[in-house]
Amino acid sequence: MEKLILTQKKKKMNRLIMSTFIIVIGLIILFLGISLSVSLGAKHIDLNTVFNSMLSPSDDINSKIIRDIRLPRVIAAALVGAFLAVSGAIMQGLTRNPIADPSIMGITQGATFTIAIAFAMKANIGSSDLMIFAFIGASLSGIIVFLLSSRSIKGVSPIKLVLAGTALGTLLISLATAIAMYSNLSQELSFWIAGGLVTAKWEGVKLLASVGAFGVIAAIILSPKITILSLGEEISIGLGQKTNIIRFIGIVIVILLSGGSVAVAGNISFLGLIVPQIVRSLVGPDYRFIIPCSLVLGANLLVFSDISARMINQPYETPIGALTALLGVPFFIYIVRKEVKSL
Amino acid sequence: MQTHKGKKKLILIISILFILLLSIFIISFNIGTFAIGPIDVIKTLFGQGDSKQELVLFTMRLPRIIIALLVASALAVSGTVLQGITKNDLADPGILGISSGAALAVVIYIYFMNGKAYSDVSLITIFTMPIIALLGAGFAAFLIYTLAWKKGINPTRLILMGIGINSAFSAILILFQFRFSTQDFNKIMIWTSGSIWGTNWSYVIATLPFVFIFTVLIIYKARYLDVLSLGDELSVGLGVNIEKERRTLLIYTVALAGAATAVAGTIAFLGLISPHIARKLVGPKHKLLLPTSALVSSIILLLSDTIAKNVLAPIEMPVGIVVSIIGVPYFIYLIMKE
Repeated sequence: MEKLILTQKKKKMNRLIMSTFIIVIGLIILFLGISLSVSLGAKHIDLNTVFNSMLSPSDDINSKIIRDIRLPRVIAAALVGAFLAVSGAIMQGLTRNPIADPSIMGITQGATFTIAIAFAMKANIGSSDLMIFAFIGASLSGIIVFLLSSRSIKGVSPIKLVLAGTALGTLLISLATAIAMYSNLSQELSFWIAGGLVTAKWEGVKLLASVGAFGVIAAIILSPKITILSLGEEISIGLGQKTNIIRFIGIVIVILLSGGSVAVAGNISFLGLIVPQIVRSLVGPDYRFIIPCSLVLGANLLVFSDISARMINQPYETPIGALTALLGVPFFIYIVRKEVKSL
Repeated sequence: MQTHKGKKKLILIISILFILLLSIFIISFNIGTFAIGPIDVIKTLFGQGDSKQELVLFTMRLPRIIIALLVASALAVSGTVLQGITKNDLADPGILGISSGAALAVVIYIYFMNGKAYSDVSLITIFTMPIIALLGAGFAAFLIYTLAWKKGINPTRLILMGIGINSAFSAILILFQFRFSTQDFNKIMIWTSGSIWGTNWSYVIATLPFVFIFTVLIIYKARYLDVLSLGDELSVGLGVNIEKERRTLLIYTVALAGAATAVAGTIAFLGLISPHIARKLVGPKHKLLLPTSALVSSIILLLSDTIAKNVLAPIEMPVGIVVSIIGVPYFIYLIMKE
């Protein structure tokens, strides 16, 4: 017995070391990625200038490009990537479903739909209004996911949840497309529907950062409960947890994080699927570790995806949502092949 | 076996469906930018109308309606078969990515052929399009099937693979869409959201053979479908070579979904809800189920198309969106109910 506890403790130590390692290395690479992203573009700015203008803002043109265009964009990428990854991690834990993520469950599409409505109503809509609309849209699908996953002790089977989410996502995107076409906004909205960071501005980034910080802290506080819930509904209830309340809080966090992300960067898919899965295979099933690691890894993934989206087909931008989807699908297929028996 | 009473009920149901279809058929003829009264519609159909009415009916509205009927039947039959062979009543060519395979192939084809989307589609394009779409649908189905293969086919894995492939193809479609000019971009968007845009007789001639041949082939295989839906063990016990039959049926389904996508883009959920409604009406026997779900599907699509054409006139909504608005709530209800 003592030996068992000892190995458990050792395991936990290992996980802690591994997570710390991931977070530290991740942050270093993230910093490099951000610098690279700021320096690359239509106008090449060498890294020296980049660091200088970050440290001491001046009024020359390079410094302006960096401050007003490149920096908000790359920070938006990092935040959105981080938040979508955390959303995915929470959803996978809450629904006990390895293939859950805000885009598969129709949540990002819900936000895209209401953003289309917002644009059709008012052309020059402000960042905060946009975010409110996105939250409403994300809640539409979020509520359905909540209802489906909390219906009974056994819950709805993961495959049904995925199917319902896919159906809802398809509907919401086609509605958004229709709205875009009839308000003559398909150009403006197409990047929202396909996902992209072109429109990222300081105002939206700041808003996203504050909403997100709140969401992430809440997620970390909730993480031990998510871990227990992910082991099974019966176990969780047996340990005296109020599972539906945990699930509800979790979904609210997901709505905040992914709705806010869509308001800044549009409908970016599969990121929330890939990252938590990789993290889980590295640090194990404890969400106290999964959530912070997903945060860092997600930020990295989207910053580098954004760099590729800008570089692949210069001077045009490749829609980043399509890019992450192409990255994510092989992953999805791999997970399904590996885990379908247990689904 | 059917009792006498059951037969009577069946005839009643089928006749009601036919009457419904006929009424929507006439209504769909009747309204539009150039309104023709119902009596005039019937008159014109029997060759008694004036030349203007004849022009509108025979060269504009009739081919569109026939295309709608063909597309609806093709999607319904292919949905019914997919639900039978995957033993999952949530399968549908749209959800499984077969339609988006076809759509992607057609968009790439147009991109490389003339670059101009549909503004001047030549006759050759019209007749090659179903074949291209079929190849795309076939490729998608092949991918889904091989990826889902792991010492045999598991229906759940098949459906999830379909969802994955669907997302991948949609993403590639988006990448291509952005390479078109603004005007063509809009047209492609309308088409990929599902709309009956091929509205002259050439499209009817190009699509009809596919739909007819493969529907007949599938109805001929109806009894295998009955056996397959009983479950793998039982099928083997009854001496059915499951994998072979499943593959053959999958190929037929692909042909139908491909042909439908070539003329109408991706209309999701039609192939999903029609078999459900039909099953409620006539039960699970495929010999009856297949034609009934084609009938139900035709009613839904014709109704949706009439709504799509007229609700925001003179702008036309993509009919796929109207179908989704009807289909998705029903779909979610189906999931919630169980």
